[in-house]
Order: sequence, then structure tokens, then C-alpha cells
Amino acid sequence: MNDYVVIRDLNFGYSERPVLKGINLTVHKGGLVAIMGLSGCGKTTLLRLMGGQLQARHGSVCVAGQELNHMTESQLYALRRRVGMLFQFGALFTDLSVFDNVAFQMREHTDLSESMIRDLTLMKLNAVGLRGVQGLMPAELSGGMARRVALARATALDPDLILYDEPFTGLDPISLGVIGRLIRELNDALGATSVLVTHDVQESMKIVDYIYFVSDGVIVAQGTPDEIRASPLPFVHQFVWGEADGPLPFHYPGVALVEDFGLMVSS
Amino acid sequence: MKGGIVRGLQSIGDGALKIVERIGAVVLFLGQILMHSGAILRRFPLVIREMYFAGVQSLIIILVSGLFVGMVLGLQGFETLQSYGSSESVGVLVALSLMRELGPVVSALLFASRAGSAMTAEIGLMKATEQLSAMEMMAVNPLARVVAPRFWAGVLSLPLLAALFGAMGIMGGFFVTVVMLGVDSGAFWSQMQAAVDFHHDVVNGMIKSLVFGVAVSAIATYEGYEAPPTAEGVSGATTRTVVSSSLAILALDLLLTAFMMKGWN
Ligand SMILES: Nc1ncnc2c1ncn2[C@@H]1O[C@H](COP(=O)(O)OP(=O)(O)OP(=O)(O)O)[C@@H](O)[C@H]1O
Ligand SMILES: [Mg+2]
Repeated sequence: MNDYVVIRDLNFGYSERPVLKGINLTVHKGGLVAIMGLSGCGKTTLLRLMGGQLQARHGSVCVAGQELNHMTESQLYALRRRVGMLFQFGALFTDLSVFDNVAFQMREHTDLSESMIRDLTLMKLNAVGLRGVQGLMPAELSGGMARRVALARATALDPDLILYDEPFTGLDPISLGVIGRLIRELNDALGATSVLVTHDVQESMKIVDYIYFVSDGVIVAQGTPDEIRASPLPFVHQFVWGEADGPLPFHYPGVALVEDFGLMVSS
Repeated sequence: MKGGIVRGLQSIGDGALKIVERIGAVVLFLGQILMHSGAILRRFPLVIREMYFAGVQSLIIILVSGLFVGMVLGLQGFETLQSYGSSESVGVLVALSLMRELGPVVSALLFASRAGSAMTAEIGLMKATEQLSAMEMMAVNPLARVVAPRFWAGVLSLPLLAALFGAMGIMGGFFVTVVMLGVDSGAFWSQMQAAVDFHHDVVNGMIKSLVFGVAVSAIATYEGYEAPPTAEGVSGATTRTVVSSSLAILALDLLLTAFMMKGWN
């Protein structure tokens, strides 16, 4: 029972076109694992599969020793009480204030007194540096602030598994470092297991234990940050150092340039 | 030519099937709402909050429309009844029209376009911005937390609004006929009291608006919940809510009126 998330031969696609084509990955209990890959390669999709919001076409997703594909709705909801997820675009409840957003799960799932809830909520907001905006509505926050509130909300009930979808986008360098350390601390202090989807290679290398690279629907490279830095694989090198030229295409596959622009190729 | 007819018939059949399918989907959705309404008493503050949004905000339009409809009924009724020399019965005409038909139907139509469309847009936007997914991930079922309170708020608000619509209408009728046209005030009220039957007119009217409340709220929440998570998706869903609710109200009204007719059995 040392492996908290185990994914075996996972296949998934929204329509005909497959997005994930046989993913294998394992996250140890207490581990902090990053998933990296180009935009649109299916990272968010992979997180949604781990949260049971999407069903695998075939293959298996096991979380806390339970196979998600065979769960009833009530089992899934029971499991989700122990899972926190940070959505890529925050997904704060726009009809609730910042405070009520963070307090939401405490009110729904616990019998804590209102004064307890207040203390806990302010603690969570303080950890992301936003105790001062507790009374604002989500529409009054900047993108980065909304993301940090969403982070406080995702960890409100001290979950066993935390799924972060791009926690670093839209943050200034100071918040970035603070949030990075916070993610590490949450992981260690709560004894939680974390999966972090990110584009921020340098920042995440500082905090994670292990990295998976996704490309074209499969895991193409994996290793500890040191192994990844030293990797001789050209696309890993390209990704880590952010080079435009290399084996990874920047363009989404499509028709040839000449067709879209109606150019004639004279020979 | 023949191909054209076949295609025409096909599209009629296709349309009919789609309508039946939608009705089925809304009824199934209604079942789901009811299944997730178990904890609605615990969430009653939410229902009150939604009643404020749906009910109180429709109040002005309902009151003003009720007044106007009552005044028009008074004028039309007075003119017709006067030629039979029984213009004092105008109170009966105003009250019965409002209690039995216009109160429930017009207030439901107004409610659908004022509150129903807002409900659809709100739920649809929550879906489009992943708020409903986020709620699911927090192990809170959006059907129980978002949809059910709005549904019950709609169901509870509409009969109250219809009653207010009726009351305003009667006042409007009174104003036009008694105050302005000189109908005898005593005759206006006493004939009305004698002719309006509590069970057959008032209770049946309430039953109608309760049924309309269920239909409008189920359609509005369904359209929002199933809306494609895009701007066009939500705006299309809002329009569909108003159109389908209006049709549903009128069709249900016909059915209910037929069932409530006295002396059919
Ligand atoms: N709801 C959806 N319906 C259909 N296709 C989708 C849907 N969501 C995502 N896709 C497709 O699935 C693929 C993977 O999407 P996903 O959101 O998982 O990418 P991502 O790796 O998270 O990208 P990014 O880094 O830009 O967030 C994309 O090619 C996208 O076109
Ligand atoms: Mg993504």
C-alpha cells in the first residue's frame, strides 16, 4: 500500500481522436510528482481521470487502492472527500465571497462550529498571503490571486491527495517561490500525496521528487529532477531549457502550411 | 417532388421525436432533482436565498402586469356586460378569469422569462467556468447544492406570485369599474364573493401554478445543467428555456383545465 496513485495502460479520448494512449505512472504515498508536457498534450485530462471525472476507455486508474472505473457514484464521492483539486482556471464559486469559498467544504462536510471554521479558513488564506481579501468576491480578484484562493480552497480539508493543475501560471516571481514552497510544505506536513501539472520547469524542479514527461499520449521520459537535468534525450533537453528548435513541435498537427495559406509552391 | 414530400414528412417526424425526447429528458432530470432533494431542509437557507433572487426580483413585473391585466379585464367585461344590463357582475368576471386562468398562466409566463432564463444562465455559466466540476471534486453533488435549491425556490415562489398577481388584478378591475365607471361597489364585491368557490376556483388556480412552477423550474435548471459549456451554448439554452417553458405552460394549462372542469363525471 505504498503506492497511492497507480495508472496502468490508460487510454482515453474525447471523441474519435485518442488523447492518452497507454499511460503508466505511479505516485508513492507522500510523494510529490510533476507531470509535464506540451500544451494540449492531455495533462488536465489526466488529472480529471485521477479525480474520477472522466472514465478511462481502457486501462486502470487506482487511487488509494481503489479502482476508479468500477466505483459507484457514492463510493466516488466518498473518495473525493480525501482529494483536493486545484483547477487550471481556479473555478472559484462566483456567488460566494473568498472566505465562503474556502470555508465551503468545511461547512458541507464537517460539523465544526462557525468560529472554528473562521479560524481554519483564515489560516488557509494566510498561508497563501490573502487573509486581507477574505471579504471580496472572486470577480474582484486578479487572476493570480484567484489561483491562490483556489489553492487555499483545494487544501481546506487537509486532503490525502492533492491534484494541482498549473498552480504557477499567472504568479509573480515572489508568489511563485512562496507557492512552490507551500506546495512542498503542504505535502510534507500533511503527509499528503501530490500531483503537479506544470509548465514551469525550473520552479517545479526545485520542489518535486519525480517527473513524468507526456508527449503524444504516452510517457516519454521520467526521472528525478537530477536525472532529468542530466538527461541526454533531446526533447527533454529541449523542454527543460525551453528551446524552440528540437524534436518537439510547437505547432499542433494540422494540414500543411501551404494549404492553409493557399500558397503555391513553385519548383 | 416525391422526394420533397418524403423529406418534409421526415423532418416533421424528426421534430416530433426531438420534442418527445426533450420532454423525457426533462422528466428524468426532474426525477434526479427529487432524488437529490433529501437534504433540502438542511439547505433551506439556500432555498430562501434563491427565492429572493427568483421571487422578489420578479415581484415588480408581476404586480404591475397584474394591475394592468385586471384593468383591461374590467374595461372589457364592463362593456360586454353592460349590453346585457348586468354590469355589476363585472367583479365576478374579473375574479374568475384571474383565479382560474390569467393569474396562474400569465404569472408563469412572466416568471419563465424573468426568473427561469436567469436560472438557466446562472447554472450554465457555473458549468462553463468549471464551478460545477469543482464542486463535484469537493464531493458535493451540484444537483443537491446548486440545482435543487433553485428548483424548490421556483416551485414555492410561483404560487405566491400568482396569488399576488390575482390580488393586484382584482384591485385593478375594482379601480376601473367601481372608481372610474361607477359600478356599485357593494354589488361588485358581494357578487364576486358569492360566485367564487374556494375549492373550485382558488385551490385549482393554486394547483395550476404549482404545476407550472414545477415545469418551469425543471426546464430552466435542466437547460442550464445540460448547456454546452460555451457562451453560445448558454445563450441558446436561455432562449430554449423561455420557449419551452411557455409552450409547456400553455399545454399543461389545457390539460389541467380539462381535468378540473366541473360536471364531467
Ligand atoms: N471537453 C473536451 N472536449 C473535446 N476535446 C477536449 C476537451 N478537453 C480537452 N480536449 C482535447 O484534449 C486534448 C488535451 O487537452 P488537455 O486540456 O488535457 O491539455 P493540457 O495538457 O492540459 O493543455 P494545457 O497545458 O494547455 O492546459 C487537447 O488536444 C484538447 O483539444
Ligand atoms: Mg491543462
